[in-house]
Amino acid sequence: MLTFIFRRLLIATGLIFVISLISFFMITLAPGSPYPWGELNPKISPQVKEAFRKKFHLDRSLPEQYWLNMRDLFSGRLKSIKDERPVLERIGERLPATLMLNVYAICVSLVFGLVWGVWAAQRAGTWPDVVSSVASFALIALPGFWIAYLILIGLVKHASVPVLGTQSYGILFPNMLSMGLDRIWHIVLPGTILALGGIAVQSRFIRATVLEAMREDYIRTARAKGLPEESVFYKHALRNAIRPLITGIGSLLPALIGGSLIIETIFAYPGMGRLGYEAVLERDYPTLVAINFIAAALILLGNLLADILYAVVDPRVRLE
Amino acid sequence: MNTPTQDQPAVADSPVRRVLRDFFRKPIALISVFVIAVFCLTALITGLCALGGIYFPYDPNATDLANKLRPPSMAHWLGTDNLGRDVLTRMLNGSYVSLTVGFVAMTVSLLIGVVVGAVSGYFGGWIDNVLMRIVDALLCFPSFFLILTAVALLGPNIWIIIVVIGLLSWTGTSRLVRAEFLTLRETEYVRAARALGQRTPKIIFRHILPNAFAPIFVTAVVGIPEAILIEAGLSFINLGVQPPQATWGNIITDGKSYLLDAWWLIVFPGMAIFLAALAFYLAGDALREAADTRSERK
Amino acid sequence: MKNLLEIHDLSINFETREGTVHAVKNVSLSMQPGASLAIVGESGSGKSVTALSLTRLLPVPPAKYVSGDVFFEGQSIRRMNPDKLREVRGGGIAYIFQEPSTSLNPVYSIRSQIGEAIRLHRPEVTDVDAEIVRWLDAVGIVDPAKRMHDYPHQLSGGMQQRAMIAMALSCQPKLLVADEPTTALDVTIQAQILAELKRLRSEFGMGLILITHNFAIIRGLCERVAVMYRGEIVEYGETASILRSPQHPYTKALIACIPKLGSRSRRLQTIGEALPA
Repeated sequence: MLTFIFRRLLIATGLIFVISLISFFMITLAPGSPYPWGELNPKISPQVKEAFRKKFHLDRSLPEQYWLNMRDLFSGRLKSIKDERPVLERIGERLPATLMLNVYAICVSLVFGLVWGVWAAQRAGTWPDVVSSVASFALIALPGFWIAYLILIGLVKHASVPVLGTQSYGILFPNMLSMGLDRIWHIVLPGTILALGGIAVQSRFIRATVLEAMREDYIRTARAKGLPEESVFYKHALRNAIRPLITGIGSLLPALIGGSLIIETIFAYPGMGRLGYEAVLERDYPTLVAINFIAAALILLGNLLADILYAVVDPRVRLE
Repeated sequence: MNTPTQDQPAVADSPVRRVLRDFFRKPIALISVFVIAVFCLTALITGLCALGGIYFPYDPNATDLANKLRPPSMAHWLGTDNLGRDVLTRMLNGSYVSLTVGFVAMTVSLLIGVVVGAVSGYFGGWIDNVLMRIVDALLCFPSFFLILTAVALLGPNIWIIIVVIGLLSWTGTSRLVRAEFLTLRETEYVRAARALGQRTPKIIFRHILPNAFAPIFVTAVVGIPEAILIEAGLSFINLGVQPPQATWGNIITDGKSYLLDAWWLIVFPGMAIFLAALAFYLAGDALREAADTRSERK
Repeated sequence: MKNLLEIHDLSINFETREGTVHAVKNVSLSMQPGASLAIVGESGSGKSVTALSLTRLLPVPPAKYVSGDVFFEGQSIRRMNPDKLREVRGGGIAYIFQEPSTSLNPVYSIRSQIGEAIRLHRPEVTDVDAEIVRWLDAVGIVDPAKRMHDYPHQLSGGMQQRAMIAMALSCQPKLLVADEPTTALDVTIQAQILAELKRLRSEFGMGLILITHNFAIIRGLCERVAVMYRGEIVEYGETASILRSPQHPYTKALIACIPKLGSRSRRLQTIGEALPA
């Protein structure tokens, strides 16, 4: 088991560097000026420009820039072009909020996806199953921002429910409990909308793997042994069918982090996604590099976690 | 388990015909294809007309501030936007943009994915390792984020958007194609072809690809709504096709400031995106079921 | 003495996309307690379907019981209530299947799977682990106390099959149905497993139904044989006499297919008609 983890970690480290190369490559080779002023603005003296270039390493060769950027990133010295604050600090402020939102969304996706998928598998071929299949595609086809807006219109206009940010402003809460609930509400609404597609995708996978497992030979053996049908289903089939739940941890994460950008913007939720969006508009390269890197690293971590969980669940993997 | 004996002779059937027959048997498939056809036809007609300078029912860019933000009425079936432009016309105009992005971006992604997957799956070895590591690394990125970064840096031109979406969506296809090639490479007829000394490209194109065609085609159909949804997302954050050209996404974006008062600016374009995407997904799924020879009918 | 098993005029159809398939047509058999019967035929002859129908293990659509019945110790299987049927499954009639590697659940250990069976059919057993060791040992698995913690994929094909036999026998069934138990195994292992079955039969005295397409392996193991062709029994009787003088042309062809050492003909005998698989 330990060798398994160690090997995975090695691969992960290799991947991180490929990732960092990719993000650096994209960002620096793109046209577009990083300067916070116009290229040809005559008011800015050449010395100031030169000093700026030196400061952000823009005068060095590309490989050197890469090395320097990475060094600064890891040592925390990398500074945002926009306001000179350390990039890691800016991200650090926003990261917990995004993490909470995304972890919530993943949990919702996995749990509801499992329940729905099992429900559909047990009714495979019947009308409820067909309707449920269409419904799952409907959730995937829904543009996230559209449904978010529709819900916003409904809630804000017709029900006056506060939805933006991480907490409701201007309201005094009598105690910790109701304040906590308010905070949770502010995660639940955007998080659930974020998770809609994930729930649908997971339910489809689970349905497929459950049906596949039920066709396997060992199910016939279990029945031949005289086991009651619930045992056959929940103990023998389901244990083999939860693979998508685990790989889901790894594969849902990239989609969610990307999607959370839109959701965070709509709900004025102060997360890393919004920070990235602002950085893109302002051409703030250091922040962009850092965010891409951290997002990819998080996802890599998620994949690693999924791999380990997979080994826990399937003895064939852990004993190879 | 032994298969039961059969009393009737099997009817000879071309596989393509059988798949099509099974596909069109499903009511969902029929409805989806109908919806897709409606969307594609309107997009085609509107697009061709636009090339010729004809617009209907109104000019999509004609502002009419006296009539701004009108709800749906007889004169303006889907209402007007904040500049008094007719929403229906803008939506018709947006349809060919959205659908073109969908089709072309999917094609780009499909081509790259098929080539990478085929090379990886057929040759194996270190080529496969390197390619798949790159795929793994790319998959770690939040792809929407990458796309938006790329588009922001390169400029929101429709062709750039198409290429970028295509360049960052091929990973799923490549894995699928690779899996197919890995299996098909070991089949008897491929081995026979190699033993006979046939050259590699010929083997790939004549023997393997036709058999991998079904899953590739299904991926293509499903790739279209994905691209449409990404484009809509990009438009939403102002990084999609730029105004004044309408797309379904940017009608919503323009309307978001009037969210609470002009619901028609959000509902209709979003409905269009939703229905188009849903139709493609359902059609793709029905196709996949019809083409699936391995699983039993339930 | 009541018959252990009686099959009366059993007919089973399968409803498939291409039409109705008459898998089993008017099959009748009977067995005494402790007897051994072989059902021989090619793929598609209906032998496995017959075997699975003994405890209603066939998926009921697409399978359909058209007529006839199976009687186990005098009780009707078709009319049995589900709880009693589950007791018969494993406790009365136990199975071993062709592919041991896929017939065992890959995520549970051998100990867990055999233990499950023992706890279900013999709740009076207090030390289940000891019982598992006893049975693994009985089927010839070396170092059973250690091996029972293994997972199926850690065992060789032959050992997997032995483990399945142990699992089947640990419930102390009156009848063991072996559906092509050695087809998926190496020829040398085949001989070992068959010898094992023979030994266990004489030691524990359970009835045995052996399903196979290979006439060669039933000699010495099964007293009676039923030859099936396209869903019907074409010949039925004592193994020794059938092997000596087969009556039905199909039986003759099957027996002639057995390659004999020292025979002078250069061509191997085949059966002309191909059955739709």
